[in-house]
Amino acid sequence: MEQEKLMLYQNMLFIRRFEEKLTELCKIEGKVPGMMILCTGQEAVATGVCGALEKDDVIIGNHRSHGHLLAKGADPNALMAEIFGKVTGCNKGKSGTLHLAVPEVNALCTTTVVGGGIPIAVGTAFAQQYRESKAITVCFFGDGAADEGSFHESLNMAALWDLPVIFVCENNVYSGAQRMEEHTKVKDIALRAQGYGMPGVTVDGNDAEAVLQVTAEARQRCLAGEGPTLIECKTYRWRGHGELDHQVYQPKEEIAMWMERCPIKKIEQQLLVEGAISREDIAALEESIAMFVDDAVRFAEESPYPAPEEALEDVYI
Amino acid sequence: MQQITMGQAIQQALAEEMHRDDSVFLAGEGIGVGIHDSPLMPTFGLLQEFGAGRVKDTPVSEAAIAGLAVGASVMGLRPVVEIMFNPFFTLASDQIVNHAAKLRYLSGGKSSFPLVVRIKTGAGGGAGCQHAHNLEAWAAHCPGLKVVMPGTAADAKGLLKSAIRDDNPVIFFEDMGLFFYPSAVPEEDYTIPIGVADIKKPGRDVTVVTWSKMLGVAFKAAAVLGQEGIDVEILDLRTLLPLDKEGVIRSVQKTGRLVVLHEATKTGGFGGEIAALVAEEAFSCLKAPIKRVAAPDIPVPSSLPLEQFYMPNENRLIEAVKSIVD
Ligand SMILES: Cc1ncc(C[n+]2csc(CCOP(=O)(O)OP(=O)(O)O)c2C)c(N)n1
Ligand SMILES: [Mg+2]
Repeated sequence: MEQEKLMLYQNMLFIRRFEEKLTELCKIEGKVPGMMILCTGQEAVATGVCGALEKDDVIIGNHRSHGHLLAKGADPNALMAEIFGKVTGCNKGKSGTLHLAVPEVNALCTTTVVGGGIPIAVGTAFAQQYRESKAITVCFFGDGAADEGSFHESLNMAALWDLPVIFVCENNVYSGAQRMEEHTKVKDIALRAQGYGMPGVTVDGNDAEAVLQVTAEARQRCLAGEGPTLIECKTYRWRGHGELDHQVYQPKEEIAMWMERCPIKKIEQQLLVEGAISREDIAALEESIAMFVDDAVRFAEESPYPAPEEALEDVYI
Repeated sequence: MQQITMGQAIQQALAEEMHRDDSVFLAGEGIGVGIHDSPLMPTFGLLQEFGAGRVKDTPVSEAAIAGLAVGASVMGLRPVVEIMFNPFFTLASDQIVNHAAKLRYLSGGKSSFPLVVRIKTGAGGGAGCQHAHNLEAWAAHCPGLKVVMPGTAADAKGLLKSAIRDDNPVIFFEDMGLFFYPSAVPEEDYTIPIGVADIKKPGRDVTVVTWSKMLGVAFKAAAVLGQEGIDVEILDLRTLLPLDKEGVIRSVQKTGRLVVLHEATKTGGFGGEIAALVAEEAFSCLKAPIKRVAAPDIPVPSSLPLEQFYMPNENRLIEAVKSIVD
């Protein structure tokens, strides 16, 4: 158990520092192309869910997926290089930050079309059921994505066919600039599960252990042939929708309140109290993470851009 | 004359039409309170001016947004809805393609659907292919729709006002690359007719038909070519559907040469339609083969040098023009 907690802590801290670096980097003109959409404050969802998964399990992500990918075991160097648009990036510069795919760790797709990944997860889970494999699919999406038709069609079909898929709704209170109550009437997205005939679970999305626990249970149901689960993780988006967002619509006190409930601080505190780690251990961990993150940035910076004509490759096999 | 950006010109058109006609309302994702608070964005300030009853922030639900426009329009309102980025048109497409475009026809001409769908479009931001994909040719393949794609702020204002007043469904593409650069826009209430192309620069030797952001590329190329003694006529199509066939043919009859320039990918792009039109109806006045300058047939890549490779530029246009002018 302690081991698991430590693993969650390390993974969350890594994601946090990796993305803090991105916050810095995208302030430098011309460094990283496109938008920069981060999961700062939401790390417990990615790490808790992926902590309950095996390598063969598939994840499908969305536009806010750096954390999902790192938690699933993606190579930080290749991710960073892709975010820079370099040829050594995991997608050779075709994707950039918004639609990273790391099939090596069964992170088959992240999509920036809101709700676009949910039907795909139905398909990957179907293939797993079809082949009678001992693996399942997890689909990450936001509270906003639950407003798309794709969510409703997919949950209905997945339940109907008892597909081995977990729908993880990462409810960070906002869909773009719209607060939850400005974009949907229900208080808990998990309530919708009932309408499709599957279990719906609400969990503290800032408690990595609790997230891991409910995911492990849902995974067992998938493997037992009992079909999908909708898990709603209640969390909060500390930063703007993307790094260009000035958060004019997000109350300062609300942000401060949620920062008090930092998922990393929470578990760190527990580990300290339980004597599982010392302040020195934390310092050493911080140092080693900083080194890995710096290495990833160096790797990305030193890597070449793709040659322009490489744009023509990879459209077809 | 005021110097404003296309984003501001659209703001003015929307505000003026909302003042003029209380059946006009707006809906879309983040059009009232959005994640981009720049005053240059097209719907900036309109929530404050007209209130939440007429400026509706919607959930992320493109099918419902488009359907809202269809249903509200047949009831006599004049919805102007926004699709945030062109690729998300696909989620709204059932309502637009199967309903907005066809329901009047299906009613035997009894019903009308006076709606506008504003779609932000254009590559160049490095966001990649799920945010940038110019699909105007898709829309233009739907009889029953009108398809407008302005290249200047002044045209955007006049054309959007026409679109809102039009009793047919109009798809209005706005290239985000044009949102931030000021140009001259008349202050008064004016409209520009849908379906009329505009000669933005007269010339003798070759017609360049283009639209939207590529207009700027055409001007850059024309300046260079002008210095080398090649006089380019730039015809800004402005509307794809209904197509100003006479305008295109008239220009080609004068110059005898045609190059079509667009940002969308080449195969299946609307440039093919222009080329076919001229080949069919003005073949005898051609002095040289028709050329198309367009993006290669790939999704828009994210990495900077790859995205630059994607984007048609003045060098490619200059090369194409020179290849048909001796
Ligand atoms: C189909 C589609 N519509 C609109 C957008 C623009 N958009 C990007 S993220 C987003 C909000 C999504 O909110 P949510 O699903 O809660 O995810 P979060 O950003 O909060 O993680 C919107 C509207 C998009 N990318 N795709
Ligand atoms: Mg959200």
